[in-house]
Amino acid sequence: MGVPTRTEAPARRNTPGRESAPTSVIVLAALGALFFLIPLAGLLWRAPWSAVWTTLSSHDAQTALRLSLVTSLASTGIAIVLGVPLAWVQARVAYPGRRLVRAVTILPMVLPPVVGGIALLLAFGRRGLVGQPLDRVGVHLPFHVLGAIAAETFVAMPFLVLTVEAAFRSADRRYEDAARTLGASRLSVFRRITLPTIRPALIAGAVLCWARALGEFGATITFAGNAAGKTQTLPLFVYIKLEEGNTDAAIMLSLVLLAVSLVVLVSLRDRWLSVL
Amino acid sequence: MSVDAAVRVAIGAFTLEAELQVGDGEMLAVLGPNGAGKTTLLRALAGLLPIDGGHICVGESVVDDPVAHVFIPPEHRSIGVVFQDYLLFAHMSARDNVAFGLREHGLGRSEARARADALIEAVGLTDRSTARPRALSGGQAQRVALARALATEPRLLLLDEPLAALDVQTRADTRRQMREILGRFQGARILVTHDPVDALALADRILILEHGAVVQVGTPDEITTRPRSQYVADLVGVNLLRGRATGEGNRVQVGDMLLTTADRHVGNVVVIIPPTAVVLHPHRPDGSARNAWPGTVAGLEHLGTRRRVRVQVSDGVAVVAEVTPAAVSELGLVDGGPVWLAVKATELEVFPI
Repeated sequence: MGVPTRTEAPARRNTPGRESAPTSVIVLAALGALFFLIPLAGLLWRAPWSAVWTTLSSHDAQTALRLSLVTSLASTGIAIVLGVPLAWVQARVAYPGRRLVRAVTILPMVLPPVVGGIALLLAFGRRGLVGQPLDRVGVHLPFHVLGAIAAETFVAMPFLVLTVEAAFRSADRRYEDAARTLGASRLSVFRRITLPTIRPALIAGAVLCWARALGEFGATITFAGNAAGKTQTLPLFVYIKLEEGNTDAAIMLSLVLLAVSLVVLVSLRDRWLSVL
Repeated sequence: MSVDAAVRVAIGAFTLEAELQVGDGEMLAVLGPNGAGKTTLLRALAGLLPIDGGHICVGESVVDDPVAHVFIPPEHRSIGVVFQDYLLFAHMSARDNVAFGLREHGLGRSEARARADALIEAVGLTDRSTARPRALSGGQAQRVALARALATEPRLLLLDEPLAALDVQTRADTRRQMREILGRFQGARILVTHDPVDALALADRILILEHGAVVQVGTPDEITTRPRSQYVADLVGVNLLRGRATGEGNRVQVGDMLLTTADRHVGNVVVIIPPTAVVLHPHRPDGSARNAWPGTVAGLEHLGTRRRVRVQVSDGVAVVAEVTPAAVSELGLVDGGPVWLAVKATELEVFPI
């Protein structure tokens, strides 16, 4: 049929750096930036640098850190395994109720995490809808490391699904057609053509998902509890230290979380986050 | 016949209905304007679009027949496609693009690469084999796409506007190279194009598609000398004039022009004048050519070693003459300048409509 003409990228009209802003805007923008900057500066300024070693080498802190890494990586893994197919279906298959499913999968992004935790508890708790049958076969999510992973996945997976779905939607399907004519099955097309095409989005989505899982607090403490060595992840540990009045430890461990987040953002900035 | 298809596809209000046959080693050009249904036809043949009616047979196998509930998906049809814009996989080297189909057909990595290397060499791109598609020029990308489509040795090769994305100079070179590469290919070929020059230069037969229907099929010679519609005539540059035979003598009125024909006709007719039959004169010609009119040069075009001169005879009536470059300079033809044209009555073909 019609010959799809190749459209040239339109000249960029919104090139930054060309505009001179009114003073009032600059003042408000600076206030906005400071609002982010000052708490970070405060954290650094108050950091008990002399106690770095003792804080970080304490057994409890290391346990919490290790648990945080394990649970956040596990939930990212689950999010990839379940989220990529979900994103594909959402992007490519028209079915009744697709909008509803989209709304539901995005919901955890806007839901207060505590509410998410309560919902998880009602569903997967001992007396929960799914929890009861699970309990009978000996799987207990609440107050178990699996519960922490479930809570983190619930809150973090939407970041991956949204990012990857957008990529599936914008990928040029004609390349998939080309691969089909060369003998590739649908599965092979997905693996060898579609996935490499959306790789930047998948990496960006996975990292965002991981960072969100690493920082998860509300849903975890509500659903999985605060059992040291089992469900007490680093954010929970920080909160407990603060409650105990051990501000130094809380600050040091906050800085660890901050450093991890910054490293991730900076390393992704140019290469991958531009797809968002 | 290697390929035998009767295709009916409905997309919204548009319906494509076309029949075609292509033999082994033969190249059929599907020529038509944008929106005629060319790409739809190609997608149906490739298996990217199931047909609603008819059948598609490639070799001995039926690959699509809705009545018999047969639909072979593209990956199991022996069909290679060179897509418009080539659609080379950006994350693979040129060689891996060519090897892709071989790998999917079950060849091991090293064997697929060796075969791909041979194909890359055959299209003259050995030094570019590790390059990513975005580093290739348009002509190189086209050759890689051709090698990729031929790698799996399909029974049928489909070429979708393979030259449209190239600039004029590259087009000519690539067209020549494509002829050469395709000369070694044994299967049937279908070239989809909106450019008559591609069709005339590359095809053994031309199928002209307009508004989803076949308007004419024939060899390039048949089509250029006997176009059956204005579109075809314009496309292949033959003069097609619509007029009315007065019944008085052998006269046909076309706008302000009165043509004398060899035979007597009555009613509405179309008159076909081959551009090569039109003779240009600086002054009113004397002698037997009774069809002579003064006009104005309204365009000079190069066509290989010939020149096509468009002469506006009256409002709405223009006639194209094909002459030698020498004649152009002898006559001192310039755009907007005066000229006389003459056609022998016996050179006119008249079809009643």
